[in-house]
Amino acid sequence: MNLSLATLLQLCVLLPIFATLGIVALRRHQNLREAVSIGTSVLVFYAVVSIYLGLQGGATIDVNWLQILPGLSLSFSVEPLGMIFSLIASFLWFVTIVYAIGYMRGHNEDHQTRFYCCFAIAIGSVMGVAFADNLFTLFIFYEILTLSTYPLVTHAGTEAAKKGGRVYLGILLTTSIGFFLFAILGTWVIAGTLDFTQGGVFPAGANTAVLGFILVLFIFGIGKAAIMPFHRWLPAAMVAPTPVSALLHAVAVVKAGVFTVMKVCVLIFGIDLLSVLPTTQSLLYLAGATVLLASVIAMRQDNLKARLAYSTVGQLGYITIGALLASSMGVVGGSMHIAMHAFGKITLFFCAGAILVAVHKSKVSQLDGLGRRMPITMTAFFIASLGIIGIPPAGGTWSKWYLLMGTMDTQQWIILVILLISSLLNIAYLLPISMRAFLFKDPTSNAAVGIKEAPLPCLIAIGITTVGCIALFIYPQPLYELASSILQTSSIAHGQ
Amino acid sequence: MLAHLPILQVIVPLMAAPACLILRRPQLVWMFTLLASALAFIISILLLQQVMQTGTISYELGGWSPPWGIEYRIDKLNAFIALIISGVSTVVLLAAQTSIEKEIPQDKHTLFYILYLLSLTGMLGIVTTGDAFNVFVFLEISSLSAYSLIALGRDRRALWASFQYLIMGTIGATFILIGIGLMYQMTGTLNMADLATRLPEVAETRTVTTAYVFFIVGVCLKLALFPLHLWLPNAYAHAPSIVTAFFAATSTKVAAYLLIRFTFSIFGVSFSFTTLPMETLFLGLGLLGIFVASTVAIYQDNIKHVFAYSSVAQIGYMIVGFSMSTNAGLSAMLLHVFNHALMKGALFLALGAVLYRVGSTQLRDFQGLGRQMPLTMPAIVLAGLSLIGVPLTVGFVSKWYLVVAAIEKGWWPVAGLVLLASLLAVVYVWRIVETAYFKAPVVGKELVQEAPMTFLIPVWILVSANVYFGIDTRISVDIATAAAQSLFGVVP
Repeated sequence: MNLSLATLLQLCVLLPIFATLGIVALRRHQNLREAVSIGTSVLVFYAVVSIYLGLQGGATIDVNWLQILPGLSLSFSVEPLGMIFSLIASFLWFVTIVYAIGYMRGHNEDHQTRFYCCFAIAIGSVMGVAFADNLFTLFIFYEILTLSTYPLVTHAGTEAAKKGGRVYLGILLTTSIGFFLFAILGTWVIAGTLDFTQGGVFPAGANTAVLGFILVLFIFGIGKAAIMPFHRWLPAAMVAPTPVSALLHAVAVVKAGVFTVMKVCVLIFGIDLLSVLPTTQSLLYLAGATVLLASVIAMRQDNLKARLAYSTVGQLGYITIGALLASSMGVVGGSMHIAMHAFGKITLFFCAGAILVAVHKSKVSQLDGLGRRMPITMTAFFIASLGIIGIPPAGGTWSKWYLLMGTMDTQQWIILVILLISSLLNIAYLLPISMRAFLFKDPTSNAAVGIKEAPLPCLIAIGITTVGCIALFIYPQPLYELASSILQTSSIAHGQ
Repeated sequence: MLAHLPILQVIVPLMAAPACLILRRPQLVWMFTLLASALAFIISILLLQQVMQTGTISYELGGWSPPWGIEYRIDKLNAFIALIISGVSTVVLLAAQTSIEKEIPQDKHTLFYILYLLSLTGMLGIVTTGDAFNVFVFLEISSLSAYSLIALGRDRRALWASFQYLIMGTIGATFILIGIGLMYQMTGTLNMADLATRLPEVAETRTVTTAYVFFIVGVCLKLALFPLHLWLPNAYAHAPSIVTAFFAATSTKVAAYLLIRFTFSIFGVSFSFTTLPMETLFLGLGLLGIFVASTVAIYQDNIKHVFAYSSVAQIGYMIVGFSMSTNAGLSAMLLHVFNHALMKGALFLALGAVLYRVGSTQLRDFQGLGRQMPLTMPAIVLAGLSLIGVPLTVGFVSKWYLVVAAIEKGWWPVAGLVLLASLLAVVYVWRIVETAYFKAPVVGKELVQEAPMTFLIPVWILVSANVYFGIDTRISVDIATAAAQSLFGVVP
């Protein structure tokens, strides 16, 4: 292929958005319509991989679309963190589409055309977030992501869906317009630029009290990172169909949040400045409290998806902690956890959806003995649980390892203890699910029932992501290299 | 011909108005009115181009040189406002014939167009003239035609709304006249440029202060600045849809223009903001207006009322920008004047389409409209997003400039409040979205069709403008900042 890298990058953002036209045009032909979705996702993944390979060769990419306000333009570039995010999102988009086809048909959902359209726009905006060259561009795609996922969350159209959608939109818009935009504007006035810059953008003599205030606005404003008390939207969004919960609320939306937090901490403040701001420490404790509280709440949820949602809130806290630790180890651990958690959590959601489609169960307490009926699904669930907890043979081991190293580096002993306790809590809310499935007997039917797995596309998707969890344990090297080049990057990132 | 553009701007619609009487046939009258308005639009584009290139144009009416004769004076500020007025007027008129078919009895159609043209004349006259008394004359032309236009509304509540507006508007006009009279008494001149040079000599007197206060209070009544906004919601809700779309986008803008013109170019910043505590007053009223009106908007059941109260809130945003008395603040205000015209024009015109098909704009009648009117409802959603200030729409550009201006002035809390207030807009816009898209139509109610093309085209022109000027901001931002700069640089 002789497309330039810059063209490929623009295609990543534009292809999914143009794909909606095809999806709408083919709305009467189910199979063709889904073929458009799958085809686009393959192309986007191919484009992202090509960009990745190009970057390995030392190329830099800068794309300028148009200047919206003087000094503020829609422009894109590639740096390692965005690379990690875009690789994961585009790959998992493909897997999720495969899964969604099985799920949506198996579940006889309505409005499937609207569903696939919004899905595509959401992924296009995730690519925009991942490749944004400045906070302004990032913010625009961040908002498009919120708005395009709203119809997905409220897909069912029921009263509960409407209520969930209201909380979803309410919290995400409140935080993003009330705090995030405010912080961006503050940054703009103080620093005079919004470009992501290695080492931060703020001038040396800036008032640290004001900057500390701006940091607080950023952390609360990026509501997608679900730091308490602005985490309520995540459980509320669980009314969505499972593929949506899987991709958007384990990968795209929440990861767009923590990705933004990471970018702001590293490339707007810079970790040197971050470590001396007066508010960093308290925010770190807040993130720690989020991790602990979310884990405790997760233990008390009987609804499987709600339990997974609170587990996500907790795991996002890990990544925020990684960013706020302001040390290279923390950044490496946090960025790696973006990938590790994505694979683990999407597998868990896929399994939850598969259980719902196959045996119509959604509560943890109903899962006794399910391991016999759905052996593949529950094995995948078990492996993914290990990934979230952070024990071999799943990838989560490495990211948590580096996060712990980061806390020791910066001598954040309290955070260290919090992370350790939280890992125990993770065990307490995830492993019992597998134990019930495999060790307990189903009380309702003691007769031997046959195997009843979810539709084949669902199983394929589950298989791919589970293999991904294990592969990331065995070959974490490429991911580690990307993550560790976030900080010492000049060869690979930003072309200035 | 080109030299006479300033007066043609006013004369074309003024002469077109009585000509309508000759044409008689409604269809013809409509096309003629549209033509006149389009001509005015073209003239304003030409004028703006000329002003941006060569600077202020002074036109001597009848060849009498100012300050004795009447002068028409076009600078960047009023060319910009005239462009907004004539542009929105033309787009809105595209839908007029279809809309009034159902709202106004057949025999009053010609009358409607005549009044519309007179109202347009009045507004264009106010902005183009360089003579203070002329301002009053045109103000009365536009107001009197406005009262009658509102009274043409579908039911008898329109009469009451019109009467309310008549009383309030007359008080406002009287105050403005008293203000102008006192200025004349102190300086012996009515020419604006002349006033600007002579007022500083007598600025210390109590009479001048009184003149300013009378004038500003009068203007604020016409502007519907909180708490002088009481006439606005009913007038907007009960007037014919076309009138509401036209007025919501333009009439308060004219008052905003007068406020800027008299404060910045005639009395001067130092008088208005240093001698008098205008900063605190306007900032307080602006913020109060934003919060109170937005909150009230949330609890309205008639969607026309919702957006009418939202208009009062948006005026609050403009006034907050005004109160900063900085270049950036004024630019933000002017940008919002332009952007708000696009949003509200689109919204009220789309509501007109709903009224045309459904026969009501009550919230409960929106149930299921998302399916039944698949082109009108997205227009309302997009314009609503613009009202909220979502990126890639004009509303975002306004908000960006306003908040940056506030932070530059060191008003951090104001910046935060302005952003928080946009969330109130989320609530009232989303009530409509939820009702239209998530509630099934009331059982037993007839399903309606999509609105006719004559509605959809102008609505989508305005909606596209909302998005276009949200992405390509060069035109609007350049003109607004240039106008603001010229106000801080030289006297007109």
